[in-house]
Order: sequence, then structure tokens, then C-alpha cells
Amino acid sequence: MVAASGSSRYDCVVVGGGHNGLVCAAYLARGGRSVLVLEAADEVGGAAVTREFTPGFRVSACAHLMHSMSDAMIRDLRLEDHGLKFSARQMPTVALSADGGSVSLAPASILTSASPLKSGATVDDAAAYPRYAALLNRLGLALRPMLDAVPPRLGTDAWADKRALLQLGWQIRRLGRQDMRELLRIGGMNVYDLLKEHFESPLLQGALGFDAVLGSNFGPRSPGSVFTLLYRLASSQDTSGAPLSQPQGGLGALSRSLAAAAVAAGAEVRTNAAVQRITVHNHRASGVQLTSGETITANTVISNVDPQATFLRLLGPEYLDAGFTRRVSHLRTRGLTAKLHLALDGLPRFTGLPMEASGGRFLIAPSLDYLERAFNHSKYGEFSTAPALEITVPTVNDPTLAPAGKHVLSAVVQYAPHTLKTGWENRRQQFTDIIVDTIEHYSPGLSKSILLAQLLTPADIEREFRITGGHWHHAELALDQFFMMRPVPGAAQYQTPVDGLYLCGAGCHPGGGVMGTAGRNAARQVLGQVA
Amino acid sequence: MRNPHINDGGFEPTSPAAEPQNTAVASSAVASPTQDGVRPFTGAGNTSAVAPAGVHVAMGAALVSCPPPHYLQPLLKTPFHNRARALSQRDSFIAWAGYTTVDVFTNVEHEYFAIRNATTLYDLTPMVKYRIAGPSAQAYLNHLVTRDISKLKVGRVAYCVWCNDAGHLIDDGTVFRLGEDEYRLCTAERQLDWLLSSAIGFNRLIVEEVTEQIAALAMQGPTSYAVLAAAGLVGVERLKPFEIGTFELGSLEVSLMVSRTGFTGDLGYELWMNPAHAERVWDLLMAAGHTRGIRPIGSQALNIARIEAGFLQPNVDFVSSAHTVMMGRDRSPLQLGLEWLVDFDKPYFTGRRALVEEKRRGSTRRLVGLDVEGNKPAHNALLYADRAGRKEIGSVTSATWSPTCKRNIALAMIDAPHFAMGGTVWADIYLNRELVWERRMVRARVVERPFFAPDRRKATPPGNY
Repeated sequence: MVAASGSSRYDCVVVGGGHNGLVCAAYLARGGRSVLVLEAADEVGGAAVTREFTPGFRVSACAHLMHSMSDAMIRDLRLEDHGLKFSARQMPTVALSADGGSVSLAPASILTSASPLKSGATVDDAAAYPRYAALLNRLGLALRPMLDAVPPRLGTDAWADKRALLQLGWQIRRLGRQDMRELLRIGGMNVYDLLKEHFESPLLQGALGFDAVLGSNFGPRSPGSVFTLLYRLASSQDTSGAPLSQPQGGLGALSRSLAAAAVAAGAEVRTNAAVQRITVHNHRASGVQLTSGETITANTVISNVDPQATFLRLLGPEYLDAGFTRRVSHLRTRGLTAKLHLALDGLPRFTGLPMEASGGRFLIAPSLDYLERAFNHSKYGEFSTAPALEITVPTVNDPTLAPAGKHVLSAVVQYAPHTLKTGWENRRQQFTDIIVDTIEHYSPGLSKSILLAQLLTPADIEREFRITGGHWHHAELALDQFFMMRPVPGAAQYQTPVDGLYLCGAGCHPGGGVMGTAGRNAARQVLGQVA
Repeated sequence: MRNPHINDGGFEPTSPAAEPQNTAVASSAVASPTQDGVRPFTGAGNTSAVAPAGVHVAMGAALVSCPPPHYLQPLLKTPFHNRARALSQRDSFIAWAGYTTVDVFTNVEHEYFAIRNATTLYDLTPMVKYRIAGPSAQAYLNHLVTRDISKLKVGRVAYCVWCNDAGHLIDDGTVFRLGEDEYRLCTAERQLDWLLSSAIGFNRLIVEEVTEQIAALAMQGPTSYAVLAAAGLVGVERLKPFEIGTFELGSLEVSLMVSRTGFTGDLGYELWMNPAHAERVWDLLMAAGHTRGIRPIGSQALNIARIEAGFLQPNVDFVSSAHTVMMGRDRSPLQLGLEWLVDFDKPYFTGRRALVEEKRRGSTRRLVGLDVEGNKPAHNALLYADRAGRKEIGSVTSATWSPTCKRNIALAMIDAPHFAMGGTVWADIYLNRELVWERRMVRARVVERPFFAPDRRKATPPGNY
């Protein structure tokens, strides 16, 4: 479709080939649109990529687990036909204690340290857990349709908006009197208080609280941390009870299968094509201009880029109302989560766990107070001196990621401010040492087997993955930046105030986490499939 | 703080709204203007020479003296205050934008007739003034206001309005283009917050409040040109309406900026000066105008003249959308009859999308002029479609007996479709006659504004009356 003038024309141009952009492109192409995806990096995937961080060692460079892309979407896009394979599904979550105790979490039960001398869950906790898990599961299931929906607009006379609001009310009403009351009671609570109500073991409390603050700017005592927990549970529903999985070849393999699905549907995908500006003609988005100077015209531009960069950098406030620009600029976009990659000479052992358990997801969050203390520093622009961690050793399930006999450890690290008070330049090694020392407590001897350590601070994530603020949800997931308010009122239905410009990234409802729903919903809006 | 709000860095994607532009407070202390476009940050606190006894706050071991909060401070006095005080018979002062100014000097009628028959001085100093400067000043202003500022030439003034996202008026005011990248925005109310919000993404831009750095006098009336000429402003006759000139007053060693603008719809000028020169300029003008009936006026007389001229008064004829609480109480420029100020052909401006939509659907109400029967001003009158008063269709926002037109005039907001030109509405007027209230249902006709627009206001050179 390249025109003689050197500029080309498409129905839809998707700016950014992250997972949401690729999902969006696939659905748009299936809807009969001519679609071009432009990715600035040399491979698609955005923050869902596999990279070689030192020769021979590859790792999922940002997101490292899948827990929220629905089976329905994987089937619908036939991703397994396009190369997606899982090296592990239904991965267990194991909370570690420095004394060798542990709690292993499963959807309906927990397994805990056999020895009563070691930290673990009490008998009462084991009895309480299924009730707690079932309650949260019911609430998560009730909220899942909300995540899948295009948020309604408030204050309109449109039937679709009223119906969507009624449906939301109906979903919650259907929970029944008791659960509905519990949802309203705990919805605005902090997870610290909730877990103290249910459990007595610090290790179990820490493990369950960790998921509420993972990837957020929250500590367990922050208001709204039950909301983020419910969000995570809701996003993990409809994944056949297998919330945690690891694609063969890392998250980059998922992105490649998404790209293949999009291409099979007729979309074009270009890498090394960084967009400089979204062009506007006659008050309507008319296409994009690349950093190379090349221009591409399109009826519709869909941005997978975070909302601040989309509106303030690629588009420009001169095309927007000042109040809207102010709302966008006030979005909370700073990440507080770092990533550590270790190239290891051998398989790390975790105290008290059998060798074959190394393929799971390990949490270092031995108590709620530990989490809260880790969070304290971040409020003042400092990193945690005893960070909380989510650790995987992807090479256990997928040996192709490292040379034979070698291993990779991938850890999500809470908390590391995007803007460190002292600046990151001279503090990276110190923080890396702190994280390694922390893991060493739970895996003695680990540090001796380290061949190379790579730390990605939120500032690095911002630069590497082109996410303003380096937040993996593009914008903080909190009640005030959720649903009809995400990213901001006026752009919460994927359509922006500028005709012909849509958003499809994690900054939109329902957020990031490698779910793909934002991309699919945006495509439905562009295609006019939303009633 | 005295530091102006300067967006001078490259765009910072992670903190577009952060420092420096949004953290500072309004610059309110008198600073010495410099010509290089950037004012030095002195670091001085908000020290005020007129601050009354301070509040003592214990902070740790030390006792710290703080100025009293702004709402406990007395109103500011303008640089003309001593002159006004001396001439005020009625001692009738009112608060205006933090200053005390004269409401009536002697008698409203005398002051009004001086506007239409002689010349008048009106202290404009409290008018809120912003300096907007820098390479992106024009693009910034063009995005802020509904008119095409790119067409405003250096040395010219434009009356403008600006809106929020919903296309509802925040304020009206005048934009002065003082240089290539140097503008002054004069507004009724302080709105640095909105101006700074609007500045997000515009780099190399200075937005700075300069109200206290500039004293201003409005000189309005048919003999105003003759008085200025007599005062020694050589060449002032060449100023066209909405033009700016600078004049050296050799006798005073004072430089005076003069714009041919005003709020009376008559021949007149506005004079802008260093506050240190204010009293000398006042004295010079009063002396030069002695034989041409010059007199100072207060706000009440001006109000009659501005209604005759059809000009809107914020918080009287519309309430700023920054202040309205209830839905539907704010007003768009289309509703206010200001569509001539809205340029849909220029680049995007805040509120454009909403105004395009309003234009497409048609406005639900409109501000119009009314010619009311009888001679009783229709103050605050409710308006009806029928004499029986069954269907309420709007209300009067400003009303006066026009002594010059000899007509009973009003500005009124009327619902569609009753605002059609030439139509008849009924005004429910209440009259207090020695404490006995009477009610009159009076016929009124929808008419064009302005009610009074003499040719002399535009004549260049102006008449030497």
C-alpha cells in the first residue's frame, strides 16, 4: 500500500507494538481494517519481551509471568497456533521464611512447613484460608465483567452507558446480601487490616498482602490496597484456575505469537519505527510522523503509548483543552518497582524447600510489617533497605533461556522510587547488593554463583520500555484512576477528545499486567462494536 | 515570592505539571521591571510594608513573626488613593480585587454626565494584569483565548474571552501586544491557576502577575483627547481605537503608555504608568483638563456608561465558570452574544470542541439587549413570554435608565427561542415607593447592542471638543 509519494495510507495505525497494541491490531485487522503497527524498538512486545542480558542468558526483561490474559483471548486469537507454548502453568506461589519455613499457596488450600519449629501457617490459618480464598474468589469473579467492559460515561443520556452502569450494579447485587455487604465493607479498606482479621501467621499474611501491593505505590497499610488485591484476583479469573504461567521462551514469545496473530489477520508490523508526532489535520488525527521524517496517514491512530506521552509529547497540548491537559499531567505515573536479573552458575536452592520446587514463584515478604517497612523508605525518595521480592527461576521450567547447567533468576523488587532522592547514578550497586543480600538470607550461597547482575530501576524501565514514569500499568492503578476515570475522564472509553485518536495501552481500563483487554476493547470501540 | 512562572526547560515527560510553573504562588510584591524578559528571583518573602501587627507563632524554641493571613489584611491602596481620598465628598469606597476604590465621588449623575459630555478619570489600577512573554507567548495566548491572537499586531489591543473545556466563559479581558513576544493580559479576576494550567507543555514562557507594578487610569469622554493634547502628549491624535502608543511627558520626565481603549463606548484612553509617577500624572491631567470639565468618577457612573455601551460585567452579566457551583449556571461566549470573538478557523483553543458542538445544536439561551417600556429600570426582573406571567423565559442581568439615549435599557439572558431580535418579552418589575412595593408587568423589546455608539468614539483624529 505504499504510495508513490513515499507516504503511505492505512485505515488504522497503532503506535507502539506492546502486547495491547498487538492485540488491538489483530482485532482491527480481523474487523477488515488495514492496520500498521509501529514499534520503536527492534522487536515487538514493549514490556513483554525476552532479552539477552549477558551472552547466553535470556530473561523476560520486564513482565516475567502471565496471570491475567484470559484463556478466551488466547483461544480467540489462536495464539497457540501462532507459536505460544507454556513451559509452566499453574505455578505455585511459595512464601519464604528466613528460618526455612514456608507457606505454599494454592487456589483452595495452603501447604505449610512440616516442622512446627519453623515459621509457617497455624492450624487455624489453614482452616481459615479456604473460606477467605473462596470469598475473594467470588468477589473477583463478580468484578471480572467490569474489567472486560468498556467503561460507561457518566451523565449522558446514551442507553449504552446506562445499561453498562446497570450491569455493573447487577453483578454486585447478584453476589447476594452477605457478599455484597462484605465487598462494600472491605472495598476501601487496607489489606493489612483485612488480613489481620482473617489470619494469625505473619508469613501467610505477608504472602497474601504482597499481591495487593505488587507493582503499585502502596504499602499494605495504604488505603485502597484491598481494591488492588481484588483487581488482581479479578484479572486472574477466567484463566482456568491457572493464574500463573510462564511462556516457553519468556514473555517475548507471547508477544511474537500476538504479532503473528495480527499479521495472519492482515496487519503489518514494523519495528525500528519510532513515532515522533501524531499528526493532526483540521482538528482530527491524520496519521503519524516517524523520527525518520516519514509520514504515514491513517483514518484512525491508536496509541499503545502511555497517556502522558501520547497526549503531551506525541500529540501536544496545543490540540487539547487546558483542563484535560491538566488532568493528564496530574496522572500518577511513577513506578516504584524494580527488576533484578541474575545470571547464575548453578541452580539456586531455597532453604527448607526440595530441589524440584524451584520452578515456582517465591515471595520474600515474611510479614505485613516487613512489607510496610519496605514501603516506608519510598515515601521519602529512598529505596528499601530490606526489599520485598517476587522471585522466579525461569530456567528451571525453560532451560533454553541459559547455557546448559546455568540459570537465570528474575526478581520483581519492591520498593525502588523512580526518582531516588540521591539520584540512581551512584546507588545502583548498593541497591543491587541489598537485594542480593536479602535473597541470600533465603538462599544461602546464592551470591557466590552470580555471574552477572542486572538491575532495572523504574527510571531504567522508563527509558528501556518507553513508559513515562516506568510504571508497569502506565498509570497507578488506584480507585481514583480506575474504570471511568482511567486514564482521565474524557478519554476513559479509549476514544480521546481528538477525533480519530484512540488509546489502547495499559493506561486505559482495565490496566496492564499482560492482560490484553485494553487492546481488545479499544479495537471494539474503533470498529464501532460497542453498543 | 517574586519569581515569575517560567517554563524554560525542555519538555519533561515524567513531570509535565511539576515544578517550576505550578509550585510558586502569585507574584504580588512590587518588583522593579527589567527589560531582558526575566526578573531576578530575590528570594524575599512576602513582606508587606502595610502589614498590621503580625501573628507570632512558636516554632520550636524560636518565636517567629508571620504576617497575618491575607483575609485579615486591610485592602490595598492604589497609587492614586491619596488624590481620590482628597476629592471624595461621599467617602464612598468599595473593594475591588483586593484594593479599595471609589464608588461615588460626589454624585452619580454628575459623574455620568462628565463621561458623556466632558472627560473623566477612573482609577483602573486594581484591574488584574499579567505579563505573558517569551517565544511561545503567542501560541500560548492563541490556545487560551477564542480570538485569533496571531492577527494581533504589535502595538494593538484585542478584547478577548477565554473558556474552560466545556466552552464556558472563565473571564473576559484585554490582550495588549507590547512587543514581538511581549503581551499583557488584563482581567477582572485573578486566575493564575488557570493561566498556569493552560501553560502546561508551552516552553520558554513567562506568566507573571504584574498588577502592583503598573498604575492605570481610564480617561474617558469626548474632551479626553483635547485634555491629553493639552497635557503635552504630542501625536496622541494619531492613535486609532485599540492602538497603543508611548508618550514622553517632558514636563514630568515621565513616560506614559496610552491605549485607545475603554469601558464606556465613548472617545477615551487608558493610561498605564509606573506607580511612582501616578500622582504627578494625575495632577498634570487634572490641571490640563480644568477648562474641559475633567472630574474623577467612581464605579457607579461607569456602570451606567458600560450598560449603554453594551459591555458585560463579570459576576453581573455572567458568572465565571471557575466559580459556578450548579450545572447550567455558567455561560458560553455564544450564549453571551460574543460569537464574533470566537474564531473557529484558527488553531485549537480550549473549549473549541464544546463550542463547535453548541454551535451545531444551537444555543439554549442568549444575552440580548432590551428596550423596556416606561422609565423604571428593570433591575433583576424576571422575564416572561406573556403578559400574564405564565411562562418564565429568563431574567435581566443589568438595567439602567439611559440618560443619553433617553431609553430604559437592560441586558437580559433569555431562553430560546424568545431571544430573537425584535421579539417582545414581558418584564416583571418591582418598585419600592416609600416602602410600598408595586409590581409592573412591562413590555420590552429585544434589540441590538450597543445602545449608544457615537461616531466620535472611532473618529481618528479625534474631535477637539
